[in-house]
Formats: sequence, C-alpha cells, structure tokens
Amino acid sequence: MSGTYLGMPSFPKAAREAVHNETLRGNLRHATHTIRDKRAKAVAELSDWAQLREAGKQIKDRTLRHLDQYLVQLEESVTAAGGTVHWAADGDEANRIVAGLVKATGEREVVKVKSMATQEIGLNEALEAEGIAAYETDLAELIVQLGEDRPSHILVPAIHRNRGEIREIFARTMSEWGRPAPEGLTDAPAELAEAARLHLREKFLRAKVGISGANFMVAETGTLVVVESEGNGRMCLTLPETLISVVGIEKTVPTWQDLEVFLQTLPRSSTAERMNPYTSTWTGTTDADGPQDFHLVLLDNGRTDTLADEVGRQALRCIRCSACLNVCPVYERAGGHAYGSVYPGPIGAILSPQLRGTESEIDASLPYASSLCGACYDVCPVAIDIPEVLVHLRERVAGQGGRGHRLEKAAMKAAGWVLNHPAALAAGEKAASKTRALHPRRLPGAAAWTDSRDLPEVPPEPFRDWWKKNRT
Amino acid sequence: MSSRDQILARVRAAVAGAPEAPEVTRDYLTTHTADDPVAVLDLLHENLADYRALVHRTRPDGLPALLARLLAERGATTVLAPPGLPAGWLAESTAARTDDTPASTAQELDAVDSVVTGCAVAIAETGTIVLDGGAGQGRRRITLVPDHHICVVRAPEQVVASVPQALPRLDPARPLTWISGPSATSDIELNRVEGVHGPRTLEVVLVEEGTSTE
Ligand code: SF4
Repeated sequence: MSGTYLGMPSFPKAAREAVHNETLRGNLRHATHTIRDKRAKAVAELSDWAQLREAGKQIKDRTLRHLDQYLVQLEESVTAAGGTVHWAADGDEANRIVAGLVKATGEREVVKVKSMATQEIGLNEALEAEGIAAYETDLAELIVQLGEDRPSHILVPAIHRNRGEIREIFARTMSEWGRPAPEGLTDAPAELAEAARLHLREKFLRAKVGISGANFMVAETGTLVVVESEGNGRMCLTLPETLISVVGIEKTVPTWQDLEVFLQTLPRSSTAERMNPYTSTWTGTTDADGPQDFHLVLLDNGRTDTLADEVGRQALRCIRCSACLNVCPVYERAGGHAYGSVYPGPIGAILSPQLRGTESEIDASLPYASSLCGACYDVCPVAIDIPEVLVHLRERVAGQGGRGHRLEKAAMKAAGWVLNHPAALAAGEKAASKTRALHPRRLPGAAAWTDSRDLPEVPPEPFRDWWKKNRT
Repeated sequence: MSSRDQILARVRAAVAGAPEAPEVTRDYLTTHTADDPVAVLDLLHENLADYRALVHRTRPDGLPALLARLLAERGATTVLAPPGLPAGWLAESTAARTDDTPASTAQELDAVDSVVTGCAVAIAETGTIVLDGGAGQGRRRITLVPDHHICVVRAPEQVVASVPQALPRLDPARPLTWISGPSATSDIELNRVEGVHGPRTLEVVLVEEGTSTE
C-alpha cells in the first residue's frame, strides 16, 4: 500500500488491464452513478450553491496567497492550546518524526483513521520498518489493508470490491491481525460491518496512540477538523493518550467562520448528505477529555512546488470530496488504481504530477488520463479548473521530449472508448462547460493570481451532453 | 536551515510575484429556512429522522417518564449520566446510574447499556446535534463507546436553523462532536449500514417549553 506506488505502470497500461476486469467495471459504474445522482439532489437543496462555491474558492486562494502567515499563526495557536507542532519538508522527514513520537511512547501499535496524507508518504510501511504495527480503522481501509491491496477511491477506497470478495478477505485474514471473523460469516453488508466492528473494537479499546489526518486546520484558533461517517475517527481522536496528526500545509483555513462554507459544501459534494454522521474538532489538548499529548506534523512534500505554479496551484484548493471522480468517464472505466497514487481520478491526474514531478512514466502519463470534458470542474465545490491544469501539465510533459501525443492516444485507447468516436475526442479537446461562463476568469485587481489561460472556443454542446446522447 | 524555515521560505518564494487575493465575498445565505421557531423545530425533527435518528418530543414535565420508557424499551440495566445532567431527568428510570470517572476505562464504558446527555446546539437544516463537553454532556468518549445514546435538545433555545448560525455559538477551544444520525458506513457496495463504530442507536428527545397538559 505504498503511497508512491513505485514501479507502477503508466496510466495507459494500468487502465488497459482495468478495463478488462468486468467485476471492477461493474462495481465502479454502479458506485459512481449512485453517488453522482444523490449528490446532484443534495446540492440542489441549497439555492446559494454558486455563492458557497465561489466563497470556498476565494477562502482557499486567499489562504494560499498568505500561506506563510497562516502557518505561523496556526503554529502559535496550536502551541498555545497545548499541542506541539512539527514541520516536515518531505515524506521521509514526516515518517521519521512520527516514528520517533510513537517510539517515545514505548508503544508498538497505533490505530489510524483514514488519511490520504499518510498514504501519500507511505507512513504505514515506514512504521512497519521500525517495528510498529499501524491498523487502519475505516471499514474500507480495513478491507484494503486486509486484502493487501491499494485504495481506489478517495471516499470509498474499497469501491472495487464487491461483498463476496469482502467476505472472503475477512474470513481468510482477520485472524492474522486480531479477532477472527465469526464462523459462518455471510456476505450480508450488516454482517460484514458487524465483523469489522468486533475486530476493530478490540484494537480501539486498548490503543494508546492514534494517528489521523485532518480535513481543515483553523489558523485563528488552532482547531483541527475531521469529517467522517463511521466513528472510527472519533475513536482514534478520543480514546488514545497520544494523538499524532499528519496534515498537508494546504489544509489551512484562516478563520473559524470559514468552516461554515466547507461544512456545507464538503458533505454534500462527497457523500451527498446534508451533513456527514460525525464531525470532530479539537484544539490542542483538553483537561481529562481525549488525548493529553497532541502532535501536529505539517507536511510539505511537493506542496510548495505546486504552489509555485501559477496555473497548477489551484489544485491545492482541493478539499478531497471526490465529486470529480464520480463524474469522470475515464475514471469510471479505468478505476482508481490506474492513476498510480493515493489521489485517483481527475484530481489525481493534476495533483500527483505536481507533487511528484513529471519525470516518471506514470506521472508523465497522468495529464493525458482525461477526456477534458469539463464535468469535474462543474462539480468541484472549490471550482478547480481541472481541464485547464491538465492542458497546462500536458504542455509541461510535451516540453520534456515530445511524447505527449503518443501518451494521449495510448491513454484514451486504454480507457477503451474515445478513439472509436473521433468526434468525441475533438469535442472533448476543446470542451469547456456551460457553467464556466458564470465564473469570472479574471477577478478585478488579481490579474495573474486568478488568471487562467482560456481554452479554445467553447463547443456548441458540452462534451458530456454529447457523450450521454451518443454513448452506446 | 530548519524544515520550518525551509518550508516558509519556499512558500514565500512561490507566491512572491502573485497579486493580492481579494477579500472573500460572503454573499451566501446565513439560513435557508424561514425565521419561525416552530418551522425550524419541525425541520430539525424531519432531518434527524431522515438520517435515522429516533426522534421523540415532549414537554419538560414529561421528560423523566419518557427517558424512563426509552431506557426500559431498550432493556437498559445500566445508564451512564455525565456530571451536570439535570437531577430530575433520570428520576423515573430504574436503570442503575453509573458515572464516567477519570479512572473509568474504555472497557468499562463498553459494558454500559445506554448514555443520556444534553447538547450544546442543534442544527435544523442538516439534522445535526453538537456536543461541546459542557454541563450535562460529559467527555467525548461517553457518547462514543456505549451502543445507545439518548440526547436531549431544549427547544427553542438550543436550536438554530443553519450551520452559519451554529458556529458563532460554539467555542472552538472546546472539543466538539457534531452528530448527524447514528454511525454509518456505505463502504460495502454502497449499502448503508448503521454503526460500525459509534452508537448504533441514536435517540433525540426534543423538549419544548410549556407543560404537557397545555
Ligand atoms: S478537485 Fe474538487 S471535486 Fe475533486 S476532490 Fe478536490 S474538491 Fe472535490
């Protein structure tokens, strides 16, 4: 489950294999369409969605513009509230810091709440190398971990597994890690969830160290926020004596009030709920309630490189809702693993090559893992213009040695569709979406910062409409 | 150079040429609901129920009997009550009352049948109750480990319409737990299953002013 997936084949190769896996494709189609339709309904409930989206974008842009000040303020606030702040320039440094903190407690095992940042840096593997067992506690992460597999979706990491496969994984492997699966376990979802509950509860109740990420960090107050559904987050944040949170520096927001925007847009965009079942916030430590020792590890690991790119920096606005995955026709066919990183789908196609650079085969191929249809931009609650960044990164890759066109053909061919539809490709290449016109391309007085290069002219009908009508 | 200084220097270099980012425009709504306490409470009820919390309504004088009934229906023999829970609330329940002491272990909490708490605020538009560890709410862990949580909301003073109205009433220095329905997962083929880790049953009691004979 390495976060960097070294040695991953390029997107075209991995996608070609995925497209031939019928089970995977069936699971993905069912899942993405279900979430997609629910999300549209949840968003439609808020008449001010466009304003919330614009505010979310602006809050993030403003934070990024003054990230140095907000990080220093965050550090002061967390420290004043009894926490300790560590800074990690890259994944190795973050892993060393966390391993050192765990060792200092004398413990040999930790419970973890799903965190993409720790997956990105391969923390579990680094801890294992130090003799520390890290237990993933999110149900899907547990499925992935027990199956010695990799997550394939931001929100539903085991989206590629059906219930029969999950039953088989639980029955076969739970006993190696702790409490075995009950005798006669069937593939009923409620029974599978119960097996996970019992297996993990044993670990939660004895855990002394918890490791988390965070969805937001409030500079003004030093508050960290974790948004979740199952309660494994609450368990990890509440029961252990020591809590270590590893968070990318871009997760900062300036003020407590800013949460009013994201706590409305994130749940609706991700699980299509008005609000997710559990949200936890904590500020340093609190007497006799929760962990008495709190460490925050602020992670760069390529984020400052991304910030330096005028077009690409908007990817740092991402609040990891996964809405863009669920609308992407390429993701739907290729699956999350093909993207070769913890960040799959459209956001992965722009974030991974920026965090890691475009030298490797997989990273150079990612900007081509898209039809440029624009659906990802339309659903993005912080208005990241993913197609624009894709085009920008393609230019960068092409500049490295002219393999761009070949990659593009290979990627689309691998996803198994567009080359049979030349008109689709042509429309997709130029696509911009209907709503794009509603969002100012350039805000007054902020020329280059919010400037985005205009794509070629808008086709008469958005690509995905064309796709809907013409797909067979 | 420390990593701290290195990261800050890299941030500064990255945005050095960038123009000032505009002030945030907050022209979104602060509420989507009519300013009517009755409608807001009905919306809270509806949204709590929509997320599969079991919702009950009563008046202050009916609360002890209702709590006693809910605990009995559940077959609860032990009930955890946080310090500061109003004394009368559990007066009619026969379940043995236990406390969460600093020495209580998670295993001991796991053996408790039910927990009864108040809350800090409830949000109608999202069907959310928020606990802040204040009087009558206790430590975060008590509403997490037992399998049955009954939460009492006092209307109208603890009820707001929206998330933007809730945040100013909450103190970020306290640890907050926002609860919208019971623990749930959709990780298995997107089937919603209640409760992998938190309480699998959440009951919310809305207490309106007045007396039950009105
Ligand atoms: S890019 Fe936008 S839509 Fe995609 S995960 Fe990030 S915030 Fe969500």
